[in-house]
Amino acid sequence: MTEILIKNGFVFDPVSGIKGDKKDIAVKDGVIVESVSGSAKVIDASGMTVMAGGVDIHSHVAGAKVNVGRNFRPEDKLQAVYEPARGVRHMAGGNSVPTVFKTAYKYADMGYTTVIEAAMPPLYARHTHEEMRDTPIIDQAALPLFGNNWFILEYLKNGEIDNASAYIAWLLRSTKGYGIKCVNPGGTEAWAWGLNCMTVNDQVPYFEITPKEIIAGLMTVNESLHLPHSLHLHSNNLGNPGNYQTTLDSLKIAEGFKANNNFGRDQVMHHTHIQFHSYGGTSWGDFESKGAEVMDYINKNPNITCDVGFITLDETTTMTGDGPFEYHLSALNHLKWANTDVEIECGAGIVPYIYSKDIYVCGVQWSIGLEMALLAKDHMRCYLTTDHPNAGPFTRYPRVMKWLMSEKARDEVFASMKAEDKVRDRSTLGSIDRELTLYEIAMMTRAGTAKALGMGKKLGGLVPGMQADIAVYPYNPETASDPEQIEYAFSNAKYLIKSGEIIINDSEIVSNGNKQTYWVDVKTNPSKQVEHDLREMFLKYYTVTERNYEVEEHAFMKNPNVISIDATQ
Amino acid sequence: MNTVTITIKKQPNLFIEAECFTPDALAGKNAEKIAELPVYIGRTTEKVGDYFEVSGSAGATAAETKLVVAGDLTRVKYIGSKMTAGEVVINGDTDMYVGAWMTGGKITANGNIGHFAATSMAGGEIVVNGNAGNYLGASYRGDWRGMSDGKIVVSGNVGSDCGTFMLGGEICVGGNIDVHVMTHADGGKVVVFGNAKSRLGGQASRGEMYVFGTVDVMLPGYVYARDEEVEVCGKKALFAVYNGDIADRHPTRKGETIYAKLYLKK
Repeated sequence: MTEILIKNGFVFDPVSGIKGDKKDIAVKDGVIVESVSGSAKVIDASGMTVMAGGVDIHSHVAGAKVNVGRNFRPEDKLQAVYEPARGVRHMAGGNSVPTVFKTAYKYADMGYTTVIEAAMPPLYARHTHEEMRDTPIIDQAALPLFGNNWFILEYLKNGEIDNASAYIAWLLRSTKGYGIKCVNPGGTEAWAWGLNCMTVNDQVPYFEITPKEIIAGLMTVNESLHLPHSLHLHSNNLGNPGNYQTTLDSLKIAEGFKANNNFGRDQVMHHTHIQFHSYGGTSWGDFESKGAEVMDYINKNPNITCDVGFITLDETTTMTGDGPFEYHLSALNHLKWANTDVEIECGAGIVPYIYSKDIYVCGVQWSIGLEMALLAKDHMRCYLTTDHPNAGPFTRYPRVMKWLMSEKARDEVFASMKAEDKVRDRSTLGSIDRELTLYEIAMMTRAGTAKALGMGKKLGGLVPGMQADIAVYPYNPETASDPEQIEYAFSNAKYLIKSGEIIINDSEIVSNGNKQTYWVDVKTNPSKQVEHDLREMFLKYYTVTERNYEVEEHAFMKNPNVISIDATQ
Repeated sequence: MNTVTITIKKQPNLFIEAECFTPDALAGKNAEKIAELPVYIGRTTEKVGDYFEVSGSAGATAAETKLVVAGDLTRVKYIGSKMTAGEVVINGDTDMYVGAWMTGGKITANGNIGHFAATSMAGGEIVVNGNAGNYLGASYRGDWRGMSDGKIVVSGNVGSDCGTFMLGGEICVGGNIDVHVMTHADGGKVVVFGNAKSRLGGQASRGEMYVFGTVDVMLPGYVYARDEEVEVCGKKALFAVYNGDIADRHPTRKGETIYAKLYLKK
């Protein structure tokens, strides 16, 4: 019976509406409770900030492309050399593509306890789960990719929503996935033919279907399966000047859809790394922000959520299931490039990238992310991510918080840019004096993300009954005045409790915790057609059989946490 | 300038990573303090004094410090790596990473130096009165940023992959050079007074190579442009100039395409 009492901290909890009041948080047997006995371990949090454990809705921390990133960037290890093992800590290193151990330690240091791997190629699900199993501390879940899957393209083209649903339920069960991820719908498949889908109405070659139909189809399936999370969309035409039109067209597809689930989720579409999708201009020469337009649309449409994908002005490794985009990126910076086509399911590309504050386009990209987050009206629907490692390593989240919370910190970055005037001219960031509060940061990093993932009843808050994931930061909101303190405090949690266990005690990681992996098991009506198609496709196109495909819980997961849903009606 | 002399007294079973053998790390320290500095062997951390005799004391700053390392150093890595100023003299043969990532100062090696010397060197000078190994002045594995500035003079032979991803600076080779010279280079200069083997300037988009001796096999990506008389490393000669690597992408300036250039002495 472990009992913990966190005393006297400044508590920020959007779930219960606590905005920095001094409060005690009690923990018993892994959950938050009203009160504990006198024998509870007491953590003195006076002068410190207390929040629920962070929930990252979109990060790339495990799986095939992450590993390729590690393999083809030995130089990434020079930027953050391997630290030797100490205490419970394993040796850890790597900068933009850290080892699984470093991933866990750094997330823990930032007070995060749950991280979603946002792109799992179904065929590489075993690999993804092996890496997640070997990532200590943090709870994880992975989103398999569906936007370029041949089964899905066929079923949706023919309007066979029931078959698409049965197939997705089968695939979630086989790969132990959590929800529906869709990257560059149709475009990655088109890329296998040297093409791409740049608008929602471009035809996917050989499949006679459009991105619009794929997105609408996947949303229909998502709601008919009552999944905890919504469709997780990375729309077409990422990263190109003028792409905000495609983004608005993609967002508009959600109009008329209603969330249908028992998990407290309201949105039907989560649009990821929206910063990369809010570009104006016709070329890199007249490149400018359309962040205000896109955020305005999101503000007005409560059935959509987004995460930002903040540019952190670092050297990093871009990696995405959007193969064609990575090819374009490599043509831009002429550095090395890796590309994969995953049989009949999806693909990916990887390119190292330097977001330099001396390059005006990078500066504008930086300002677009911040501009959008500051223009967002509801931070329960707009989340903090860097699309790690695409726009920057996740270890920079505290720096992003500093920029969001301090105009002074933003002005310092502006002033350090070679083309300050040009960057200021191309977005509205310079004219925004809004500074987010810790309460809003808590929405962006735990309460909102947990809700959007359908985990809001259990995670992201400090209400009795919720899982005891709690972070204590050495930050006094009453006396702190230097923005640098924000970055320091949120990089160095003083205490971290996960499922009631103390992971960080007095700034030192003392336990590897009891990490869980979430997955979703949906029961659907049996489909003879899908059973037949699976047999045929595995025989015809796959290099493995169905039995080599399945991720078995006992072999690939340390603590599986299955969410069961009945969607047979 | 104060001189510190470090002489090897015991050979390690594995290799010693002596990252502290630079004027920067020694500055302000006397012999006793230097003997206490850490060196890495495999997964263990040991002390300089366990393997080396230390005498003399360093100057207050790196610029006022001269380090002399002596003896059989073929199991010692990283001498002079990341140094910014001062002087290092190596009396004996040494292992990898001599002067790697150095940005200033001077290294004189009176013997042979190992592979990956001057990795991503950004300034300073290295004089080698012996041979150098493979990957001299190249980039770190996987990186696209090789030697960018500074000067290396080798009186003997140089191994393969010299100047990979070179961006700037100069390498003069008194003897012969092995295969792969300035692969992927985007600037810089390699001068070979002896003979070269093959694959000079593969995928190079900029930079200059001079060969006074012979080339065994020319890359098909290099195309004869003209004859030109040039003075290089103090020697004047008539060269045939080749442009390349035409298989690669090339920048243009004022409407003219910039090529990597291979100068072969006529």
